[in-house]
Amino acid sequence: MNLFDIFSNIEKVDAEAADRFSFYNRRHVLKFGAKATALAALPTFFSSVVNKAYAALPNATEVLKYALTLEYLEAAFYKMGLEKSGLIPSTDRAIFAQIGKHEDAHVKLLQGALASNSIASPMFDFGPAFDSYQNFLTYSQSFEDLGVRAYKGQAGVLKQTDYLTVALQIHSVEARHAAMVRALRGDKGWIQGNNSGGAVAAVYAGEEVTTQAGVSIVGLPGQTSNSASEAFDEPLDEKAVLALAGAFIK
Amino acid sequence: MNRSSITSAQSEGSPSERKAAVGRRTFLKSAGITSAAAVGLFAAACTDHNGEPPAGVFDLGQGDLGALNYAYALEQLEAAFYTKIVASPAVMGRFSSQEQMVFNDLKLHEVAHRDFFKAAITAAVKGDMSKVLPTLEVNLPDDLFSTSAKVLTLAKTFEDLGVAAYNGAGKYIENVDYLLLAGKIVSVEARHAAIISNMIAPKTAAFASDVEVDPATGLDKALLPSQVLKIVTDGGFIKTAFTAKYLP
Repeated sequence: MNLFDIFSNIEKVDAEAADRFSFYNRRHVLKFGAKATALAALPTFFSSVVNKAYAALPNATEVLKYALTLEYLEAAFYKMGLEKSGLIPSTDRAIFAQIGKHEDAHVKLLQGALASNSIASPMFDFGPAFDSYQNFLTYSQSFEDLGVRAYKGQAGVLKQTDYLTVALQIHSVEARHAAMVRALRGDKGWIQGNNSGGAVAAVYAGEEVTTQAGVSIVGLPGQTSNSASEAFDEPLDEKAVLALAGAFIK
Repeated sequence: MNRSSITSAQSEGSPSERKAAVGRRTFLKSAGITSAAAVGLFAAACTDHNGEPPAGVFDLGQGDLGALNYAYALEQLEAAFYTKIVASPAVMGRFSSQEQMVFNDLKLHEVAHRDFFKAAITAAVKGDMSKVLPTLEVNLPDDLFSTSAKVLTLAKTFEDLGVAAYNGAGKYIENVDYLLLAGKIVSVEARHAAIISNMIAPKTAAFASDVEVDPATGLDKALLPSQVLKIVTDGGFIKTAFTAKYLP
């Protein structure tokens, strides 16, 4: 499969498609999704809505494929890491078993949502990631922080839909993972400036922002450029994410 | 400062104060948000018992303004909580220097979120302060801070609640810039939740436990504003009355 085709497909989304999406959303999704639907029922609801919506929503489908590709990458990474004997110390296995469990669940959720439009997992080559535990941690942190930025980058496409809620619910789990792995590496759970702490530097490009919606956060009482950048995570667009993730696809 | 006298005054206070204390205890006991997910979907936070808000009570508003004021309310509570921790040498003294750094960071982050929302909302309503949620008087008595376990449990509760609140409110935000801002903040709240949970139960699955993250779907919680405000109200954490009549 070609990740860059996915990217160009996402780019092709036009205003008309967005309008159709918006129209479909208001008439058919919010009616069921807003107050009447218990949020707990969302995963099932999500699948059925996505299935019905395909024809009208090429953009949503492509976003789901993009998300699934990233989840395949993470799921494969943790499966391989957990299977390599002696790599993860016994003291830390519970952490990575939990993370791997979530990535597997995300894969299944997205496969179910895409149904017949689902894509197969690419083959991955993680290079030296499993050569040492420190390498494994460094890659893990990079993938998790990248995942947080990737989902955030899709917020605009999924705006005011139930897909957005599910994407947010995955997004915050990736952020929990990222913070935990960062802590294992002895770093803060949050991103200071664009400091990669030895992880993949490109994953952190642009994280150093200290102004939000025209408000200078660093100019607020008591804040520094460090705290101002830590307090807000930044999105990353598909092109940048796929350029990073694509390096691990055989 | 005599903490025990303040604590006993709290427990011997007026009936309404005792009720608030009991509410908090019940709330803390069930610290997970699961049980609260079953509450009704009516936005009834802080209305009086006739269902009508008292005259002069601030309403968060509708649409994006309502969502922003809602986030501002939650950030005010979180900021006040960590500000109180960091300001108290007795409370901070129960934690290691590394843990103290975490609390210092969390305070700065939540204060940044709070001050950001005030500035952003003020700009959005072109300075019409009648539409900006006023500074809320919080109710965080000293007994909530009397042990490190209580402090961590409440921190975890606020962070997990913040994650669920932003996750649930996101789809009601119309302006994509505000939506993105909510996304920029919620992942930081999730980072906080993970680190605090790891302080409670280090090197376990607690950072993203099966209570917060559904093991079948790998999804974090998402709660409606009415559900979140019910939890905050039942906890008795905010004294200033406000309503959320137009939020789901």
